[in-house]
Amino acid sequence: MLAFLVQRISQALLVMFVISVIAFAIQDGLGDPLQQMVGMSVSQQERDAIREDLGLNDPLPVQYLRFAGNAIQGDLGDSYFYSKPTLDVILEHLPATLELVIGASLIIIVFSVPIGVYSAIRPQAWLSKFFMGVSTVGISIPVFLTAIVLIQLFSIGVTVDWFPSDTGWGQWLNGALSTDGGLPSYGRGEELTHLFGTWESGFFSSGGLMHLILPAVSLASIMLPLFIRLIRAEMMEVLQSDYIRYARAKGLSAGRINFLHALKNTMLPVITVGGVQIGIMVAYTILTETVFQWPGVGLMFLEAITRSDIPLIVAYLMVVGLIFVITNTVVDLVYGLVNPTVKLTGKKA
Amino acid sequence: MTTATVSRWDRFRESFFWYSFKRDKVAILSSLVLLLMVLAAIFAPWLAPTDPYDLAQINIMDSELPPVGLDGADAAFPLGTDAQGRDLLSTILYGTRVSLLIGFGAVLLQGALGILFGLLAGYLGGKVDAVLMRIADVQLSFSTLMVAIIVGAVFKASFGNLMFGEIAIYMLIFIIGVAEWPQIARTVRASVLAEKKKEYVDAAKVMGFGTGRIMFRHILPNTLSPIFVIATVQIANAIISEAALSFLGLGMPETQPSLGSLIKSGFDYIQSGSWWITLIPGLVLVVLVLVINLLGDWLRDVMNPRLYKG
Repeated sequence: MLAFLVQRISQALLVMFVISVIAFAIQDGLGDPLQQMVGMSVSQQERDAIREDLGLNDPLPVQYLRFAGNAIQGDLGDSYFYSKPTLDVILEHLPATLELVIGASLIIIVFSVPIGVYSAIRPQAWLSKFFMGVSTVGISIPVFLTAIVLIQLFSIGVTVDWFPSDTGWGQWLNGALSTDGGLPSYGRGEELTHLFGTWESGFFSSGGLMHLILPAVSLASIMLPLFIRLIRAEMMEVLQSDYIRYARAKGLSAGRINFLHALKNTMLPVITVGGVQIGIMVAYTILTETVFQWPGVGLMFLEAITRSDIPLIVAYLMVVGLIFVITNTVVDLVYGLVNPTVKLTGKKA
Repeated sequence: MTTATVSRWDRFRESFFWYSFKRDKVAILSSLVLLLMVLAAIFAPWLAPTDPYDLAQINIMDSELPPVGLDGADAAFPLGTDAQGRDLLSTILYGTRVSLLIGFGAVLLQGALGILFGLLAGYLGGKVDAVLMRIADVQLSFSTLMVAIIVGAVFKASFGNLMFGEIAIYMLIFIIGVAEWPQIARTVRASVLAEKKKEYVDAAKVMGFGTGRIMFRHILPNTLSPIFVIATVQIANAIISEAALSFLGLGMPETQPSLGSLIKSGFDYIQSGSWWITLIPGLVLVVLVLVINLLGDWLRDVMNPRLYKG
């Protein structure tokens, strides 16, 4: 176990090193910091002096070591746009993104488990076929398009008047197909509760929760089909195994077999895949936050790109890289703990 | 010698491939729709009523006209117009062309990279395998979209808006190709590992053929069917990635729109009620990706039922 731990952590450190080299290369390759700092009127001598002062004439390895040393101490430079440390800017935006991811994860868990289990137990039922069909279509719809359709339906509203409104059924159909809209589709709203530090939470007010609905549903929509298919596939495999057959022969009730015995072993791979997927959701938050102008790190990153705010871009890369590496390592370790058949030392097969 | 061609055609008609295709309504329908869209995209310059790249044909007074069937529509613009007064049908035809071009181009690039690295990793094994697959693992764990967004952001910041817009097609092919090669490399590696234990490889080695020749001439042809399956799905993924990048403003400029940048430019006007500018290109994108995915599912079932589950 110790060897496994050491191996995984050293691997994580290696990946972090590569990310920091890439981040450093971006910082070094994009734009001249001097141009951002001084005006046109500064003479060449002064420029050279500042250049020497900032250490920009040092050899690259020395510059990298300085960059990495500062990064470890939590100093990733100042944002050009916000004129304050980039890490502070990211910490201000991080709670919004985290709440979005938490909201989406809750939706995924609440819907994917029952639907996946149902369609595994009754693969031939029309409802399962319906769910499978919807999930194929769902995978084909990009997240930003789901978001736009949701905005049109539930924020702007749709009025349908295709059916004759002088008949009862026409009125009913028109009413049933029209939507009111009215759900907020912009930002997080005003009613935020201060928790601690930079964490302003929207979880504790109806306004905050209303603002969360559309972005969280959009973000969940991209992962939900994946999880339903995964749970279904794993569950179907488990249901074929010997111990389930034995439990059936023993005469246990179907509910007890499905939900106590089978579901437990289904969730193991699902949790590991899920852990990695939640990291991947960070990429989709960029899209979701852009559509809804949700003030999280994804939107901040995109704005940093349009403003060429290079220190902020670099800091975002480092922070997101760290989040990815930590989630992946933790998922690996947890999987190693709960499933002893994983080759702990990582020997080649 | 006409027998050779006839027998090849007969062989195709009697193959399991054609047999199961004829029996699968979904596969027939999706391939018809896909064929129609590809043809429409290829012949867009002849089919489209106007040329959206030609500023002289655009009249700003025609902007935001709704599709035919709604109040205020103009029969000259069957799907309505966008905010700049361009005919939406024409921009969608040209946009599908750009999206498909980038999708195919990116898959060609990632196929080339994936096949090369997959063959090297699988056949040579050892250190080469360890290093290549580690890179692939790390890149996959970051999600291909994230890698594409970051590479796109760096390119955009270093080239500047104008320059990036001019070479956007090549940039996008490069970005998506580089971001997604691990998918194909892994598939190739897995089949190479199975193939290289077979006797024909030993025979080729004994006959003294070089490593390169064995890899590309002997093993590669036998790994093609899983590559084919995954490449189909990857085209759909590449088209979605392109649309996502364009939607974020890291892709095609509005003057040379793809489906993604059409959706993006329309999104700015959705609050004013002009839903068609964004939703009609969106629908086209979804149908395009859906039929490719359905064909990919079907191909997977026919060619390699054990490729992946789920």
